[in-house]
Amino acid sequence: MSNLAHHLPALQVIVPMLTAPLVMLLKPSGLARAAATAASLLAFAIAVTMTIGVLDGSTFTYQMGSWPAPYGIELGVDRFSALLLLIVTGASTFALLAGRRSVDADIDESRQPLFYAAWLLALAGLSGIPVAADAFNIFVFMEISSLASYVIIAGGADRRALPAVFKYLIMGTIGATFYLIGIGLIYLMTGTLNLADMELRIHEVADQKPILVAAGFITIGLALKAALFPLHVWLPNAYTYAPNTVTVFLAACSTKVSLYLLLRFDFFVFQGNLAGHDIQFAYFLMPLAVLAILIASGVALFEQNIKRLLAYSSIAQIGYILLGASFVTVAGLTASTVHLFNHALAKGALFLAVSCLATQCLGLRLNDLGGVAKRMPWTAGALVLAGLSLIGIPGTAGFISKWYLITAALEQGSLGIALVAVLVIGSLMAAVYIWRIVESIYFAEPNADLSAVREAPRMMLAVTWLAALANLYFGLAPEVPMTLAASAAETLLEHLP
Amino acid sequence: MELLGLYYYWVFAVLLMIGFYAVIAKPNLIKKLIGLSIFQAAVFLLYITMGKVEGGTAPIFQDGVTVYSNPLPQVLILTAIVVGISTTALGLGIVVRIKEEYGSIEEHDIQKRDRR
Repeated sequence: MSNLAHHLPALQVIVPMLTAPLVMLLKPSGLARAAATAASLLAFAIAVTMTIGVLDGSTFTYQMGSWPAPYGIELGVDRFSALLLLIVTGASTFALLAGRRSVDADIDESRQPLFYAAWLLALAGLSGIPVAADAFNIFVFMEISSLASYVIIAGGADRRALPAVFKYLIMGTIGATFYLIGIGLIYLMTGTLNLADMELRIHEVADQKPILVAAGFITIGLALKAALFPLHVWLPNAYTYAPNTVTVFLAACSTKVSLYLLLRFDFFVFQGNLAGHDIQFAYFLMPLAVLAILIASGVALFEQNIKRLLAYSSIAQIGYILLGASFVTVAGLTASTVHLFNHALAKGALFLAVSCLATQCLGLRLNDLGGVAKRMPWTAGALVLAGLSLIGIPGTAGFISKWYLITAALEQGSLGIALVAVLVIGSLMAAVYIWRIVESIYFAEPNADLSAVREAPRMMLAVTWLAALANLYFGLAPEVPMTLAASAAETLLEHLP
Repeated sequence: MELLGLYYYWVFAVLLMIGFYAVIAKPNLIKKLIGLSIFQAAVFLLYITMGKVEGGTAPIFQDGVTVYSNPLPQVLILTAIVVGISTTALGLGIVVRIKEEYGSIEEHDIQKRDRR
């Protein structure tokens, strides 16, 4: 391995983090955008290189300042983290490439350099979490990404974003503080913060009660950050009133990173050490996941604002991901990790299409968009393709994860049949709410206000279609995400007795 | 009295709940942020107390001393305090913007004004 390749895990975080202050100083906003996009592209390239590196089963480890773990700070990238890095850096890159018009419309020219700087900090924080192998570093990265995301969500012109972001700030901080209490209790009992070392030392702890409490705090704290039903109340408004480009970025990856952390902690650190933890984990998460699927999809059926509709759909998708994990089997975890990836693809493409609509049309309520497909056929086409993937039509990426989820559910015996019913009902509801969008943009009475509307700018369309076609590509050739997900599932279950 | 012997944990738990109560129950956004700060400060205390080793002194190498307190939790909390300050500062910044846009920092007023 060449010398540079060795430093990739550190560069993954350092590139966006150090570009951020630079971007802030660049004066013409076009230059700031170019620098931010370049940094994001570079981060994406690093993530792709590391993914290729770990595909053969090897892992990257990096000792900060060459201090050996567990005393030094360790960074590590295995297949599970590589999958997350792809999602995070990919979402940021797609959103930035497409986002020029959309950002110009939402944010004052003079404040754009600051906006892009905060964006890069959010990217650095979000990619730092999968890379870090140390519980406290993860906390710091989590807070960097959260604080920066609050800033970019509130950066738009819509004043309703402010109360939404305040709520997000309060709930996000409570979540992060719960996580901090959890790792504090573990540190108290084991004297270590390195995840791998923690896993070993918890074996030696005689009194497991504090560890159990820590597991509770960490699970709840991260569930809050991941918007698991019923802790999701911050999500719909934050996604709806954020600038459209920000919604593309955060909807595709921010909750996914918290889910990743939840799975990594619960399986890697706790499952092998706490007696009966797998059963508690399953019984706690399964009902919540089922409720998330049914209730959030149900709410999405009646939403009028297209962004809010898709935000509720995201809450339902988080339910699918956790439902797979709550089986505590290889099949279930494979399904949920591959759904992390596929849902990011589908929701990213959908929100990209929505941001195309938003730059051209006045409102984003379904009534405002009547017959817009005649005016913007390409955008509408991408929206439909990504919508099909969200529903899980064969041939799209969404189908792959739904298929694996159903297979995994069937392994669960009689309970599995009921869960398959839930999955099918959830998908049918998805079909209905996507159909409501299709109906209004294709078949509704053409809205008079839209007669002057033109197709979205070419660059936006190109990126949106690239994202939409990725749904098709990974639906027909799912080897790479499947390999990563299957091996992630095996690593997670390794420690289970 | 083992229950009272662990009084520093009680301080942590009580402070945590006072902060949590303020966050949930107070409709005033500034009071919510004060609650959030208390909530975080409680966790800082949890970390600081766990670093103390009974009979231990400050972790500076000197003759005749063999028991030192653990400095690591304090270092961690230094970082967490910085995070807490940034969160409070950002929260206050958002409250200022809310006041500019809505003319109020009471939760009910803000909700009412958007419904119109």
